[in-house]
Amino acid sequence: MGKFKGKIKPKQEIPTSSMPDVVFMLLFFFMVTTQLRETTIDVQQRIPEATQMRKLLRKSLVTNLYIGEPRKLEQYGKEPKIQVDDQFIEPKDIILWVSRQRDLLPENERDQMTVSLKVDKESKRGIIADVESELRKANARKLLYTTLARKVEE
Amino acid sequence: MARSTPEIPNASMADIAFLLLTFFLVTTTIANDRGLSIQLPPPPEANPPEDVKVQERNMFKIQINSSDALLVEGEPMSDVAVLREQIEKFIQNGGVDPASSDSPEKAIVSFKSDRGTTHRRFIEILDIIQGAYYDIYAKRAGVTNAKWREISSDLSTADNQKLYDKGRGKRPDGTVEYPMNLSIAEPTKVGN
Repeated sequence: MGKFKGKIKPKQEIPTSSMPDVVFMLLFFFMVTTQLRETTIDVQQRIPEATQMRKLLRKSLVTNLYIGEPRKLEQYGKEPKIQVDDQFIEPKDIILWVSRQRDLLPENERDQMTVSLKVDKESKRGIIADVESELRKANARKLLYTTLARKVEE
Repeated sequence: MARSTPEIPNASMADIAFLLLTFFLVTTTIANDRGLSIQLPPPPEANPPEDVKVQERNMFKIQINSSDALLVEGEPMSDVAVLREQIEKFIQNGGVDPASSDSPEKAIVSFKSDRGTTHRRFIEILDIIQGAYYDIYAKRAGVTNAKWREISSDLSTADNQKLYDKGRGKRPDGTVEYPMNLSIAEPTKVGN
């Protein structure tokens, strides 16, 4: 019996002292790499302000379309452009784009698709009207003009 | 010999960090899904243009030109502060003033812009028009304007649906007493 007495049991625990460091590293990784949007917006986005906003509850049904002056003026010129996903498109491409977006949704919710128009406030109505008439043709008729809240006394 | 070394308990550190991590993971989506919601009319091919005669008195005409100047019922308007009230009065006229609408159901707000109108101006006026309607709805439903917009965005509950129908004056046959007859016309082509 005596010969077992001196035996030192090895520690069974996993050392946890470095755990916070690991987790913090993960935290920083996520803080740094989390992009707030999936797409880089290459058009100016000075969103207009309004008061009578409504909220879209089903985010999954919303697709974004951006309109504004290109950020890279020397490359794309000064004319306002339409951007979807990661590319500039022409109004005539919208029908195709809408049907592609619609295919991504579950079948029973396709008619509820909402197009969120994120339009720079200095853009002209002309290009927006072109987009709207294409959206009508594509039967994507639920629109949302994205706006920011204006402070107002009620 | 067995002397306890003073240590800060760091077992909970990981938990705190995990909490932070989860917080960042969850919150990093921009909540920018708010705005003015409209419904476009059906595609032009679907219903051939039939000449629908709308009486002059039932039309509230708002026009913006290419330099963002406003024309309301044929009169230039520089200060938009009174516009909302004017629209509300027009909708709720109910045949009293012979120059204004017959009934809320027939009243149409016609909103026309130019291709050169800026989006900022367009949104400003659209905001006022929708505000006028929401004010009327909210008043009828007995809630505040902000509450009304919240209700109309979420019709999944029976309570909201009930208030929504009350505000818009839904009749048993499905028609609505106070429909939002907002006609956004194809822009004119002066600017651009």
